[in-house]
Amino acid sequence: MSLKHDIEFTLNGVKRHVSVDVTMNALAMLRDVIGLTGTKYGCGEGECGACTIQVDGVSLNSCLMFAVDCDGRNVTTIEGLANDSKADALRESFVEHGAVQCGFCTPGMIMQADHLLHKHPHADEACVKRGIEGNLCRCTGYKKIVDAIVAVDGA
Amino acid sequence: MNVAEKKARVIEPDSLIGKRIPKMDAPEKASGRTRYIHDINLSGQLHGKILRSSRIHALIKSIDVSAARALPGVHVVITAADIPDQRPIGVAKDHFPLKVGRVRSQRDEIAAVAAESEEIAEAALKLIKVEYEDLPVISDPEQAIMPGAALIHPEPHGADGSHLHLKQGMSIAHKGKPDNIAMRFDYVHGDVVQGEAESDVVVEDTFKLHYVTHCCMGVSGMIAEFDASGNLLMYSNTQVPFLHKREFADYLNMDPARIRIIQPPIGGGFGSKLDIYPFEVICLYLARAAKRPVKMLFTREEEFLASPTRQPVLLTLRSGCKKDGTLTFRQVHTLHDNGAYTSWGATTPFVMMQTFSSLYRVPHCDYHTAAVYTNNPYAGSFRGYGNLQATFAIEQHMDMLAEKIGMDPLEFRLKNAQDAGETTGQGMSFKSCGFKDCITTAARRSDYSRKARENAANRGKPGNIKRGIGMASMLHVGGGAKIYPSDGCGTILKMDDFANVTLITGASEIGQGSETVLSQLVCEELGLPISAITVVNNDTAITPWDVGVHASRTTFIAGNSAIGAAKKAKSKILAVAAKKYDVAEDELDLRGGFVIQAASGEVVVELSKLLRNLHFQDKAELVMTTFYYEPPSVHQDKGFKGDVSAAYAWGTQVVEVEVDTDTGQVRMTKVTGAHDVGRVLNRLGIEGQIEGGVVMGQGYALTEDLLIQNGVMKNPNFRDYKLVTAPEIPEMDIAFIESMDGEGPQGAKGVGEAPSICIAAATANAIANATGVRMYELPFTPEKVYRALRGQTPKLYWKPWKAD
Ligand code: FES
Ligand code: FES
Repeated sequence: MSLKHDIEFTLNGVKRHVSVDVTMNALAMLRDVIGLTGTKYGCGEGECGACTIQVDGVSLNSCLMFAVDCDGRNVTTIEGLANDSKADALRESFVEHGAVQCGFCTPGMIMQADHLLHKHPHADEACVKRGIEGNLCRCTGYKKIVDAIVAVDGA
Repeated sequence: MNVAEKKARVIEPDSLIGKRIPKMDAPEKASGRTRYIHDINLSGQLHGKILRSSRIHALIKSIDVSAARALPGVHVVITAADIPDQRPIGVAKDHFPLKVGRVRSQRDEIAAVAAESEEIAEAALKLIKVEYEDLPVISDPEQAIMPGAALIHPEPHGADGSHLHLKQGMSIAHKGKPDNIAMRFDYVHGDVVQGEAESDVVVEDTFKLHYVTHCCMGVSGMIAEFDASGNLLMYSNTQVPFLHKREFADYLNMDPARIRIIQPPIGGGFGSKLDIYPFEVICLYLARAAKRPVKMLFTREEEFLASPTRQPVLLTLRSGCKKDGTLTFRQVHTLHDNGAYTSWGATTPFVMMQTFSSLYRVPHCDYHTAAVYTNNPYAGSFRGYGNLQATFAIEQHMDMLAEKIGMDPLEFRLKNAQDAGETTGQGMSFKSCGFKDCITTAARRSDYSRKARENAANRGKPGNIKRGIGMASMLHVGGGAKIYPSDGCGTILKMDDFANVTLITGASEIGQGSETVLSQLVCEELGLPISAITVVNNDTAITPWDVGVHASRTTFIAGNSAIGAAKKAKSKILAVAAKKYDVAEDELDLRGGFVIQAASGEVVVELSKLLRNLHFQDKAELVMTTFYYEPPSVHQDKGFKGDVSAAYAWGTQVVEVEVDTDTGQVRMTKVTGAHDVGRVLNRLGIEGQIEGGVVMGQGYALTEDLLIQNGVMKNPNFRDYKLVTAPEIPEMDIAFIESMDGEGPQGAKGVGEAPSICIAAATANAIANATGVRMYELPFTPEKVYRALRGQTPKLYWKPWKAD
């Protein structure tokens, strides 16, 4: 039916070879083709941040990225943060600070926060708030998410 | 054994209550491992999609699905014609899942497809041809209620124009209605005429409340599968699985015993999953016809279009008081935009009238509502359930009356606030009541009186940034609400040979943290660490009955139920230990995983050892208990009077704003809250509930506005429907008033809905404090505020609708 394209990229530290529809976005590829469901669909329009991943160390909305554009890149999803001590500290901080309620925004928040802390290891409250501006959360009112991120020493 | 010879080990007392206990499911969620409905796929599964109306109000002349059926990969295409046994759904049973003959709103379901993939299903929808004949659109409730208005649910006529003979007792979906009034509520206590005669001042205003919607981050979805014997398995995010089992059975004409509902973790609820919606029944029809599992997920746009909203309300309030500050009466008329069909939104007057009649002592109160059909989206239940709308009007009038009689608004509120021990005109009796404490605490912590004075004095001074401070309070059910025949919850508790507990509860977790709070309550009773418990709460084939997650009831009701089961287990264990070690039962207790001497804390035996003994040596007992808790509340009578909840929650919130008089921009700088929650069980969890609720209230007050024009939703996306984002949140200072409710679990009361209720009202009061200008209509967008500051907003006036 539709046009397929073969791509090769590194996903969470492992080389992958996938054949994807040219119109498919990276979010759909991760969830439906590869089966990693930690990255969430919240809007599909780049407005909520639930689908945040990191590509070559930069956070972006996977719903706005074509899957074929992952070709040759280094892609990290929430599942890929599993063996990273800095990310562990972030995850633990989210748990301890009560930054997780329904949890649907959480993977995207953590991907964004991880990126933010790489850029600004000692981000203060205002910097964190700006940094997660593109990530919507309907449950927590953001306060505990901000507290959780500020508490992590990103250095 | 000679106890004196061995140095006895002593376990120091410890408590889990009031601690900051992280949510038990948080580590999974923070790792992206939690499987929500969106993440579950069954082998052989098909994807369902719904064709919605492209008209707002029209007759369906014909539907042609032949091309869709012919598309490769399509398994099933259904329209109303394919399901002759459809039954009407919803609170008033006024629509069919697949619409028959007529569409009444933009969201209306016309046909549905199950196909190999979502893409194929979507392609198939595009091939379905529908012919319509347009009808006049009614999108203004004031117009809908006029005599002679076009009818949304007309009574069916024969081809010759004559009335059809319809059976008695048929639903609205079958026999229609002679007017557009979906529901009416009339409540009275005292005599408002007398109340008005006794008043020194009277104020009357019309307030207008807008459309907002839940915006759960996880979109709606479900999976349905029938097994070879015709049993139905549903993966569903409903908040009320046990009630829905019955209803789904009814729609499918099958035995409810053959329906099993599994609730995967839910991406937000807030009341949106309290009713049965057409997509759920349609998904069942598709699975039945396809004989394969069918999964249906909304897109975000569909979530906006086809999930419920908060109910828009036009409200005229007349209030009076005496010069000494005694409230005399309240007279309320409200007009609710019901939308095209009736869901729980229509019943929000149940809660609204409580606030009017009982938040403050009001000797005379008169309340009338008409919920009218329009061609707009239909409203459901949403955190706070009408209370935001009622509080918005009442608390502005509290300020306005105080100003008229020249009384300090704080003093005025305290003079009229309820106390413990009172029974209101509506029959609500307040056993625990920290209301006055809430008012004074919030005022003190925010320095309310001084700031209010200074802000008012600053109004005329130069500078475009004006600060304001405003206060509002709320009353909400906090111990369940007796709406259904039972408001109870069941618990099964079992202990294993290692002193681990499995708590099987009917109460669902919807992100609010009930799983963790219930665990705390059980572990507290059994003297165990929180790590010793597993909770099973998501499968109707396993869990005992519960009426569902709503009305801020879970902590209170399911909590009491869990404690009941734990107490039974404890007394079983202590009885055995007493016998075995020859100690009086009442001298023993459980602590830290041991049976101990209650007075000294000395260890008698390790609990796990005792349990193993009991099981293997004595071959006597596995420790398993059940408990069913029914709160001591009553159903309201026909006049809506009665003590409907076992406990009531109170709260006061003070909002501080900065108004830019050049642009109309309102910035919420600080919220100070004081909440009577009975007792804090999990400090981390309750803070999270309050903060989330405050920011939801902020969105309601300032940014969120679902725009409906002539029945068409103009902004079904997050770009144009503005949720509050992280940089905009106010500073929050939250205090808890612990009134220790006698019936509450460890003294606690419900709090889930409380924090979003007062924010809009307090913000309106803060804007008035900053600028001297009253805002009667939500949300306070820069444009509205700019106009109001320049006197360009015509005074709202809605002539009260009279009951006959
Ligand atoms: S799903 Fe990508 S931003 Fe919302
Ligand atoms: S925790 Fe539910 S959306 Fe953020």
